[in-house]
Amino acid sequence: MFDMPINWSPVWITLRLATITTIILLLLSTPLAWWLAQTKCWCKSLIEAAVSLPLVLPPTVLGFYLLITLGPQGPIGSAWQSLTGGSLTFTFTGLVIGSVLFSLPFAVHPLQNAFTAMGQRPLEVAATLRASPLDRFLTVAIPLARPGFLSAATLTFAHTVGEFGVVLMIGGSIPGQTQVLSIAIYEQVEMLEFQQAHLLSGGMLLFSFLILLTLYTINKRLDYNK
Amino acid sequence: MSTLQGRFQLQQGEFTLDIDFQTPSQGITALFGPSGSGKTTLLRCLAGLERAKPGFLEINGNCWQDESRGFFLPTHQRSLGYVFQEASLFSHLSVRKNLEYGQSRTPQKQRKVAFEEAVELLGISPLLTRNPKRLSGGERQRVAIARALLTSPKLLLMDEPLAALDANSKAEIMPYLEKLHQALSIPVLYISHAIPEVMHIADNMLLIEKGQLIGSGPLLEVLTRLDLPLSHSSEAGVVIEATVTEHDETFHLTYLTFSGGRLSLRREDLAIGSTVRVVLNARDVSLALDNEIHSSILNNFQASILEILEESPGQLIIKLDISGALLLARITTKSGVLLNLQIGMKVYARVKSVALL
Repeated sequence: MFDMPINWSPVWITLRLATITTIILLLLSTPLAWWLAQTKCWCKSLIEAAVSLPLVLPPTVLGFYLLITLGPQGPIGSAWQSLTGGSLTFTFTGLVIGSVLFSLPFAVHPLQNAFTAMGQRPLEVAATLRASPLDRFLTVAIPLARPGFLSAATLTFAHTVGEFGVVLMIGGSIPGQTQVLSIAIYEQVEMLEFQQAHLLSGGMLLFSFLILLTLYTINKRLDYNK
Repeated sequence: MSTLQGRFQLQQGEFTLDIDFQTPSQGITALFGPSGSGKTTLLRCLAGLERAKPGFLEINGNCWQDESRGFFLPTHQRSLGYVFQEASLFSHLSVRKNLEYGQSRTPQKQRKVAFEEAVELLGISPLLTRNPKRLSGGERQRVAIARALLTSPKLLLMDEPLAALDANSKAEIMPYLEKLHQALSIPVLYISHAIPEVMHIADNMLLIEKGQLIGSGPLLEVLTRLDLPLSHSSEAGVVIEATVTEHDETFHLTYLTFSGGRLSLRREDLAIGSTVRVVLNARDVSLALDNEIHSSILNNFQASILEILEESPGQLIIKLDISGALLLARITTKSGVLLNLQIGMKVYARVKSVALL
């Protein structure tokens, strides 16, 4: 069964998508989580609820609305089209936008928890040691939130790798462009190509397990150092 | 010019801080009061960690806050050191990096305390490469004090730095605080609610109750004011600065001289000529009308009565003058009546015990 050629394209697309999504989400979520951990604004609950929506919504619902807004007639899709001439739906860029929104809570929650858990004290100490607000954030808050960053990155990455519904709705399954691993497996099963499906599924199982194992091992070591 | 003065009004839930104070910006000023009286809140206002409105703060002529013209210098721009109650060392940095954190952010020209000086002063050179998590409570607090000193602050704020420590660690830190006092000319505002601690290190006092200032001034003055609560506590007494003049090897005694005369205490290993602080507790002072030496007590002074107050039923507190030095005596009302004690009367004060600090 192993003499048939493996189609690596979905694997690369998946890894690329997960890596880009993770980088974008860490950059976006850090200030957002920081703001949520610090603010006393009445709108905090509103933002928190919105960030957590992808946890409870069926991916198809999110995918459906994304398809509408990112589509050529949608507000974002049409603006994008007039700017770049290209389309957002059924492209890799569209996939990235969908993944970022879908995995948002997986990046924001661990970071917000980490920032909240450290409390105000380390930051106050830094202020009495002449550190400006930005300096305090970079040299105290971020290093102390390291376990949170680790969780956020791992969860985002793993969650993006395992995505199916949103990706299918806005990306379709264009081989070489938007066909990710999970969709490739689905299609192979549909076509009764069980051996290929076995190979990809087994690989994914092993890969996901290794990621989570790494996360928990490192987290345990960070705890131990405390 | 060399004063620290502030006025703050701050509402925090049920609690109101409303304070207008002034204290010399040299030596150690103890901020004293019961728990919940607003000591920490006041210290946080001084540091700019709370913004009180109206609020005003000036140190040696430099204004740090003046809300009447909307001026508020943020904490990181104030030249101050803050030692928190529980030593808050950065857990992601080594002891050395913790110490360097503030120093490296202090402009070169303002650095007056050298790294080696602070490390030596607090005896922490063996700890430099260690992880803060592996230090004892006392060690952590010493590192935190050194870290604050290394920003060469114009004002050092200490929020009960000993409160979270056990008796051994307290005893371990006290000598360093005294050295600090002598070696550096940085004014310190020190929160405490322990009278012995205050007697040990303070030069001046701010007395706080329910968010308000109820008394302030030099330590001895505040300790002996009968209208303030300190003179009525079980630990009431006076602090006397005295010079070590002689050791008596025969009787195993050490003699000290102070403005009111000579004190003897059990032989202590002190250098002749050095200055020490001793506490004479009010409950260890008894009064007599004549000086017949039919008593085992060595420390006997002629005194005149300045004030008499019945502080609780059957108990008097008496303020005495011994050639310029002050003394408190706590006796029963019955003794007071039997001796017919009056203000201005000459009496003999017998001091049963002298505690060296």
